[in-house]
Amino acid sequence: MGATHLPSTEFDGTELDDQLEAQAEATLGVPPTEMVQLLGPDGRMGTDSVFSEYAERLDAEKLRGFYADMAAIRRFDQEATALQRQGQLALWVPLTGQEAAQIGSGRASQPQDYIFPTYREHGVALTRNVDLAELLKQFRGVSNGGWNPKDTNFHLYTLVLAAQTPHAVGYAMGIQRDQRLAEAQDVEGSAEPKAAVMVYFGDGASSEGDVHESMVFASSYNAPVVFFCQNNHWAISVPTAVQTRIPLSNRAKGYGFPGIRVDGNDVVAVHAVTEWALEHARQGNGPVLIEAFTYRVGAHTTADDPTKYRESSEEALWREKDPLDRLEKYLRAEGMADEAFFAQVAADGDELAAYIRKSTYESDAPDIRTAFANTYVEAHPLVAEELAWFEEYSAGFAGEDEGEGAGR
Amino acid sequence: MTTMTIAKAINEGLRATLSNNPKSLLMGEDIGPLGGVYRVTDGLIGEFGADRVVDTPLAESGIIGTAIGLALRGYLPVAEIQFDGFVFPGFNQITTQLAKMHSRSNGNLTVPVVIRIPYGGGIGSIEHHSESPEALFAHTPGLRIITPSNPHDAYWMIQQAVACQDPVIVFEPKRRYWLKGEVDTESAGPAEDPFKAHVVREGTDATVVVYGPLVPVALAAANAAAEDGRSIEVIDLRSISPIDFDAIEASVKKTGRLVVAHEAPTFGGIGGEIAARISERAFHSLEAPVIRVGGFHMPYPVAKVEEDYLPDIDRILEALDRTYAY
Repeated sequence: MGATHLPSTEFDGTELDDQLEAQAEATLGVPPTEMVQLLGPDGRMGTDSVFSEYAERLDAEKLRGFYADMAAIRRFDQEATALQRQGQLALWVPLTGQEAAQIGSGRASQPQDYIFPTYREHGVALTRNVDLAELLKQFRGVSNGGWNPKDTNFHLYTLVLAAQTPHAVGYAMGIQRDQRLAEAQDVEGSAEPKAAVMVYFGDGASSEGDVHESMVFASSYNAPVVFFCQNNHWAISVPTAVQTRIPLSNRAKGYGFPGIRVDGNDVVAVHAVTEWALEHARQGNGPVLIEAFTYRVGAHTTADDPTKYRESSEEALWREKDPLDRLEKYLRAEGMADEAFFAQVAADGDELAAYIRKSTYESDAPDIRTAFANTYVEAHPLVAEELAWFEEYSAGFAGEDEGEGAGR
Repeated sequence: MTTMTIAKAINEGLRATLSNNPKSLLMGEDIGPLGGVYRVTDGLIGEFGADRVVDTPLAESGIIGTAIGLALRGYLPVAEIQFDGFVFPGFNQITTQLAKMHSRSNGNLTVPVVIRIPYGGGIGSIEHHSESPEALFAHTPGLRIITPSNPHDAYWMIQQAVACQDPVIVFEPKRRYWLKGEVDTESAGPAEDPFKAHVVREGTDATVVVYGPLVPVALAAANAAAEDGRSIEVIDLRSISPIDFDAIEASVKKTGRLVVAHEAPTFGGIGGEIAARISERAFHSLEAPVIRVGGFHMPYPVAKVEEDYLPDIDRILEALDRTYAY
């Protein structure tokens, strides 16, 4: 299945996107890209010849869950931003605007799937049951990770752009081998449920060579991996148009696997498309690229100032496509959620924020001895020698700063 | 004991690895039907199949990056980089990802990836085929680096590298691939720690520390010095990270003089690290400053003049003369 076989749907892109599409069509002969959309900005559910089937599997409880997740992670994002402003975090990477892309895709994964995030996937982390307080440790400077990926099959954040994409493909190649081994052994009931890998990256990271190499490897070995690109339109201050002359989803065709562009602010469509793609990969049909067409409403990080590189009118345009608003409209219109539900969601958000704040305050610096211990798995004489020196050096200060918060 | 070349010894070591560890696999460009450009993986794809001996796309970052992913899934990948100068497209994956994964996961994840890199000059090749970038990797915490200089070590060290839970880079001295020697393949396992140095020639007057391709050069220099009545001890370092400083210190305390030689540029190289550490540890035992012998501060020169660049017997003898001048 390629993008051109997917149903045509309406989407009013920004002026920038229209220009990009027009340019691609005029200069490169690339037809306008179809975008999968089910739940429109007006809160009305559309139909799609392929993906409506997936949307129909979602009952009211699941849809309310999507809303609760998106609201929770937005509240978390606000709290983390505030904590950074108060000096409690060194940096924060906001996700507001991208909730549907993350909750929709994360909720489409199954526990046996393994997820490689970039550094903005707080919503996906929530869907994988990562303790969000653990997630903040990296930004507080008390850990370079924070959680054990083995507990949730949600890998550590990777800050070097796109470096995680070949890891995902290698991991998927491992799954492939595990499945072959299980099939060869043919022990009844012993086979694990089929698994796939999903790897996240942004439109900026799509320019990195590692994305290209990953897609070549994935295609060459038909690896069960879903590349999930969140096109949030800005790589810090550089627009998508500088990263690509064609819609990113079209690149998949060059590698020989399906590419789908989905309305990244439509949680129902994102969930449907991702469910399809993961199933496609799990069944041994190879990789898929999903481009979630969304928007980073806030700054790239709290160190960034979007007013220097984009118009506030652009942000306003995208706020009209807000992923939470449109689901709320739908839930209310269909009678799937009442005022009490939304009040409860708000109360849960406040409770989460309080927990996050308290946990952050209590999250202290680790003992540097843990860094000595974890540089290598096996004993290392240089580390041992330097640790011994550090111990002796530290012992020289014993008693000097008693009463002044010792604990160097 | 069986006599074989270093290339054959690595081949046999990889064969033993693939036989003994069902989760081990080899990956790299041209390592399948071709058997690698140096035929180090010759015949292995026929024995173990394309799933265990994987001919990869031509992409070093992809090779290292996917090896990391496979290791995270519980596999034991042995990645081959075709030549030293081509490792740099994979440098990011090695230094920012592979080396740090265990540390940044607070010890929860291990990535036991092995990277094989043929290195060093003396083969008359064109640019990017003769470099010695070991110091660039040795400077990165989290990596281990070993380099065999003889077939016995080559056979066992590759297997020990795979068994190690840390990432290990094995720098293979390509100009010694055809060096023959005895290999004990019969014993149940390696007798020695791959991260320990060997005294390959005992002596009393000065110590020469070398590794990989320069070991035979240092031994020849020591033999030549013996004719002048000088008793030179030669240490094969074997491990570049960690460095067995205890072995060097013990030798220097006996001989009082130290020369360190490698093919890589002298500036910022392994020799400087050894000189500094030994100066700290054995200052009062030294009769002379530690002398370094290495490549010049220039890109590896064209093959027609590489003889002038590479440390040879005379350069090591000249360095010894300098130590004796104090």
